[in-house]
Amino acid sequence: MTEEIIKDVIIGESEDYIINIGPQHPSTHGVLRFEVCLQGETVKYIIPHVGYIHRGIEKMCESLTYPQIIHLTDRMDYLSAHMNNEAVCLCVENALQVEVPERVKYIRTILDELNRLASHQLWWAAFGMDLGALTTFFYGLRDREMILDIFEESFGSRLLHSFNTPGGLMHDVHPNFQKKIKEFIKYFRKKLPEYDQLLTGNVIFKQRAVGIGPMSKETAIAYGVTGPSGRGSGWACDLRKHAPYSAYDKVQFTECLETEGDTYARYKVRMREMWESLSILEQLVDNIPEGDYTAKMKPIIKLPAGEFFQRVETARGELAVYIVSDGNKTPYRIRFRTPNFSNLFVINTIASNFKIADLVAVSGSLDLVIPDIDR
Amino acid sequence: MLNRDELKEIIISLVPEAEFAEGTQLPEVIVPVAKLLELAEKLKTNPKTLFDYMINHTAVDFNTHFMTVYHFESTTHKHLLVVKSKIEDRENPETESLAALYPTCEFFEREVFDLFGIRYKNHPNLKRLFLEDDYGHPLRKDFRDEVNMIER
Repeated sequence: MTEEIIKDVIIGESEDYIINIGPQHPSTHGVLRFEVCLQGETVKYIIPHVGYIHRGIEKMCESLTYPQIIHLTDRMDYLSAHMNNEAVCLCVENALQVEVPERVKYIRTILDELNRLASHQLWWAAFGMDLGALTTFFYGLRDREMILDIFEESFGSRLLHSFNTPGGLMHDVHPNFQKKIKEFIKYFRKKLPEYDQLLTGNVIFKQRAVGIGPMSKETAIAYGVTGPSGRGSGWACDLRKHAPYSAYDKVQFTECLETEGDTYARYKVRMREMWESLSILEQLVDNIPEGDYTAKMKPIIKLPAGEFFQRVETARGELAVYIVSDGNKTPYRIRFRTPNFSNLFVINTIASNFKIADLVAVSGSLDLVIPDIDR
Repeated sequence: MLNRDELKEIIISLVPEAEFAEGTQLPEVIVPVAKLLELAEKLKTNPKTLFDYMINHTAVDFNTHFMTVYHFESTTHKHLLVVKSKIEDRENPETESLAALYPTCEFFEREVFDLFGIRYKNHPNLKRLFLEDDYGHPLRKDFRDEVNMIER
């Protein structure tokens, strides 16, 4: 296929119609450009072009200390900021063999799930809007506001909170933390069925989503499509279940799997995950143990020489942190395997031979966050 | 799920040149560049190992040489393995492409080519991913950019 592309695009022999979607197109959710080859209205192939907001985070980290790195990880996948922080923190704690207090583990898990909910709400809001259902945006952002308020009260910031630090948390949570979460759970349990009434069973929505962009389990594994997108294809890749970290081994939840692998299946996985997140929150919120909010750490954190690897499940899939340390206070090399990077490049395989309007549905269902791809 | 020793036994029987690193967090094997493709292919198809999912591929610049790093997982057996290979030639680094075995690797390799300048043989579409064509290779340790970089 690549030879064809070179022939078509570079030599210009083809009569196919090539258009650019992006970099400033609303449906790409960021500065991403799809070079789409069309035959009539049908997509022949898609070449994603990335790098418009490449900031060189991996290079920058080489001259920063570990507590400083935390603040850069927020800027990768800004909708799963807490999980990104946690990945680096867990990796550093593993390397130093520090046991964090139980309280930290519980609070981290609660924040993970709140962040996942906020992320899925925004995804649902934007996905509806991608397909022309404007109301979803108001519904999604209204409910997300409650979570952001909880964040703001405890950390002082709403999106990029950098609340984790190697060894624990920056400071203790606000006294209202538990009360606010319980209010939110009660509120959102009533609102979530509204989401289903509005979009899930909607005939117009289903015609845009069912059977569009099918991805087999083999394709998902081959392209490394993790997270809800991979689970929509029946690949059990939830690291919360298979490689538990923090307090995930203490809670009961089901891994949401669908087997169809189309846009609708990926949609259903995320909708079910919101219910699971609520149930995890309910199990944890009343049981936060008393104790310190951080383990005792040295003022200057130096990792032993060696290589360390840690994976966490963000709202979009598997985030892996790989640190090569030479014993200094800065990493020799740090690598972030970000979920969106792999999730994006499957799009040529699954959205080819569908209509161009379906490309928007497929890329929406993959839930792409572009700074996470570029880093 | 195979443990470290069982993995070692299988890999040694497949590629006798393989060296095992001790005391690492994950089972880790270092193979020559020429044996990389052969090992990956055998590990992917061997029913005992079945490393069908490539988590991560990257490279590390050690000033004297490059080390390419592959993280594999088996979705059936759930075991992990790190495969490394050493590239001695810094002027003209070249290694084998695993894109034919793992489609996701095609894009990891393009990223490594972009940021380290390592060339991959038989790669289907080896173009820079993020940066412009005349930019240097920023993740190399000897990369200097007086305008945009602050030395610490």
